[in-house]
Amino acid sequence: MKMDVSQQISKYLKKARVGIAGVGGLGSNAAVALARVGVGTLIVADFDVIEIGNLNRQYYFFHQVGLPKVMALKENIHQIDAQIRVVSHHVKLNQQNSILIFRDCDVLIEALDNAQMKQMFIETALSEWPYRPLIVGSGLAGWGKNEIIKVQQYDNLAICGDEMFEVSDSLPPLAPRVAVVANLQANAALEFLLKDFKFKNE
Amino acid sequence: MKIILNHKEETIDADTLTLAELIRLKKFTFRILVTKVNGRVVKAEDRDNIWIKDGDNVEVIHLISGG
Repeated sequence: MKMDVSQQISKYLKKARVGIAGVGGLGSNAAVALARVGVGTLIVADFDVIEIGNLNRQYYFFHQVGLPKVMALKENIHQIDAQIRVVSHHVKLNQQNSILIFRDCDVLIEALDNAQMKQMFIETALSEWPYRPLIVGSGLAGWGKNEIIKVQQYDNLAICGDEMFEVSDSLPPLAPRVAVVANLQANAALEFLLKDFKFKNE
Repeated sequence: MKIILNHKEETIDADTLTLAELIRLKKFTFRILVTKVNGRVVKAEDRDNIWIKDGDNVEVIHLISGG
C-alpha cells in the first residue's frame, strides 16, 4: 500500500527515542505533539502529581487530579496511539538518575520549571552527552507578545522561548504561550530526528 | 586578550582571568547561566578554577526558569 508523507514520517519515527525532563506545561504538551507524529518511545521523568491549577495549561484532565503526571501522561498518549512506548519515571531528577534515565535517547527536551533543576539538568546533559541534541525551554510566562518568542540554535543546543519573562505572581504561565513554546520544542526535536528522512514516492 | 564571547569577538583588558571573573566583569546576572569554554560545559561550581586565555571561545547561555 502506498504511504503518504505523514505515514512515512510516522514509520520513520517509530525507532526514535525522545527524553523529556519535566512533564508540566512544556513537557506534557511537547510529549503529546511528538506522540501524534509517531515518535516510538518517549522517556519521561517528573516527581509531581496533578493539581487543579495545572489544568490551565498542562495536558491533563479533571479526573486525573492527584495522579502522578508521568502516569497520567502515559494514559493520555495511549488514548492517541496505544502503540507508543511511554517509559515513565516518577522521580525527582538529580545528576545521577538523569544519566541513567536518559542514557539511550536520541534527543532530549528540558522542560523543568525550577531554576536549580534546570541548571543541573542542562549541565549534566551537555557534559554527559556533548553531541546529543538538547532542547531547552526558556521564557514562557504571561500572554501575548508572540513576536518575541523564538528559537536560538547553536550546534546541538536549541533554546526555545522569549528569554525574558519569568513566571511570577503577576505573570502566570497560561495555556497559549506555554503551548507555543512546548510546540517549538517539539518542532525543534523533530528537525533533529528527521535530519536524514527522505520521502519515497513509490 | 581577544576571546570569542557568545559568538562575537571581544577584547578583554586582562591577560587571563577566571570564568567567574569574566562573568562578573561582563555583569551577567541571570539566575540561570550555563557556561561553555571551547565547546565544553563548565559547571557553575567550577567557574573559579577555569582560566580564560587569549583565543578562547566562551559561551554564557542565559536562561529563564518556568516549565
